[in-house]
Amino acid sequence: MSTLSHNGSVDLGSLRGRRLPKAVPPLLGVAALAVSAAGILGTGAGGWVLTVVVAALLFGIGTFGVALAVEGSRKARDRLATIAVYGAFILALIPLGSVVATLLAKGTGRIDAEFFYHSMNNITALDSGGGAYHAIIGTLEQVGIAAVLAIPLGLAAAVYIVEYGRGRLTAAIRFFVDVMTGIPSIVAGLFVLAFWVLIVTPVFNDGRPGYSGFAAALALTVLMLPTIVRSAEEMLRLVPQALREGSYALGVPKWKTIVRVVLPTAAPGIVTGVMLAIARAAGETAPVLLVAGGTPAINFNPFSGNQESLSYFVYEQAGAASQYSPGRAWTAALTLIAIVAILTIAAKLLARRSTIGR
Amino acid sequence: MAKRVEAVEVTAYYGSFRAIDSITMTIEPKSVTALIGPSGCGKSTFLRSINRMHEVTPGAKVQGKLMIDAEDIYDPRVDVTAVRRAIGMVFQRPNPFPTMSIYDNVVAGLRLNGVRKKSTLDDAAESSLRAAHLWDEVSDRLKRPGGGLSGGQQQRLCIARAIAVEPQVLLMDEPCSALDPISTLAIEDLISELKDRYTVVIVTHNMQQAARVSDRTAFFSIESTGDPGRLVEYDDTATIFQNPTEKRTEDYITGRFG
Repeated sequence: MSTLSHNGSVDLGSLRGRRLPKAVPPLLGVAALAVSAAGILGTGAGGWVLTVVVAALLFGIGTFGVALAVEGSRKARDRLATIAVYGAFILALIPLGSVVATLLAKGTGRIDAEFFYHSMNNITALDSGGGAYHAIIGTLEQVGIAAVLAIPLGLAAAVYIVEYGRGRLTAAIRFFVDVMTGIPSIVAGLFVLAFWVLIVTPVFNDGRPGYSGFAAALALTVLMLPTIVRSAEEMLRLVPQALREGSYALGVPKWKTIVRVVLPTAAPGIVTGVMLAIARAAGETAPVLLVAGGTPAINFNPFSGNQESLSYFVYEQAGAASQYSPGRAWTAALTLIAIVAILTIAAKLLARRSTIGR
Repeated sequence: MAKRVEAVEVTAYYGSFRAIDSITMTIEPKSVTALIGPSGCGKSTFLRSINRMHEVTPGAKVQGKLMIDAEDIYDPRVDVTAVRRAIGMVFQRPNPFPTMSIYDNVVAGLRLNGVRKKSTLDDAAESSLRAAHLWDEVSDRLKRPGGGLSGGQQQRLCIARAIAVEPQVLLMDEPCSALDPISTLAIEDLISELKDRYTVVIVTHNMQQAARVSDRTAFFSIESTGDPGRLVEYDDTATIFQNPTEKRTEDYITGRFG
């Protein structure tokens, strides 16, 4: 009888356990900060960064100790792990927040009409004006041409790998795409310099090498391709086989199934990959330096003559011997980030429009 | 419209593995034929070889003849997309196209095969959705995504999509196995109506379902794991369930095996 009642009734106390009151962790946090501030700021042993780091450590140890005493070891370890995960998240966000804050703080100084409507033509080290109009044009044209070349090529390669490829050729393509991912941008620039600028263009240019924005776009294409191919490939693989079969079962040919069913289903993910590639290309300096050459003047024609780009403009202005150039560099950097952000947001909206909302 | 399906010594492989061995059977037009049998006995493989869907799997191939009204669909001169247009298929799990609306899903087969005329598409959408008993539920939200429907509605949407291209044969691969009993009943009613216009072949694990909806039943089985599936017995549904010739059929339908 006694064993039966012992097994038959559920002891709710053991299921519920003892829990820390909700107010305790925040209080511990405040206490940790206070102790840390008193010990470090109070004695002058360090600055506020050390104070926060020590406070975080104290908070972790304190929470673990209190939880261990009240809730038991499993809960205590759970709380410690939670604090560690949140801590890692905040640490990862610090560089991003720092970059954005610095750009906003220093880059807004030259946001004026002259910056966006004038080039650096005839601007000397003593002049305060000047702008990045020529660089903005260069970046948009070079990245635009690179995107026009790289997106169809990259998508076609990904479609081949996923939908048609069998055996060694596909394995070889995937291997070389992986290798391409690791190509430093300076090498891509050197490739275009050696092949296009120094060998191909002299044939059409009276033997003189043809530096141009288009050459820079070619180098950016080399850099964008692997990112687009690999991300599109992953997204196409995620499209369920059942959708392809559903389409085949309606008597739809394979190419039409790919164009009308598979690609639209994978579109949002593919757009993300394409935008990553564009963002990377827009930020590259080395290829532009090597094959577009840079110029202080406005050049709308990407196929002839030196061209500037925003990242190259930042590089030039950051090193220029003028009290006004750092301001231009910061604002150009902010402009570059804004352009990439606007393009990304626009592309995401478009991709969402092309599929249908929930 | 409905056509006769005649399989003559159909053998199907996945790579070097023989999944079904020498299946010979005739499926009558305007009837419902059920394929039953234990898992791995090749009934889905046989079904998928009727509309040449089997060969979509890499390394899979089919030998033998499959005649649709005396025309061998495995003849090298036959266009595989034309075969699939004539022989529709409904899958185990509902697979509406997620990027398309309900309307676009239903007319996908027509539109992707080049039909552009709006009135033709509208008529096909309405008549197919009515035939699939879905019209009353979705007529006010045809522009909403097909993925937003319930599982049973999605499966009826897939049936509407399959019949919108007016196939001659309709293949159903366990169409109710992912559905609740009420949705299952709705689909079974639908199958009974569809046989007035189409040749319906249905694979099912549910023996009551086979008994309820089919006119003829084929029992497939395997000797042991790794062996190819074979057709054990094929007869009127009433005969199979009440008075089977083969001992193995009786063991299976009475639950003593598999």
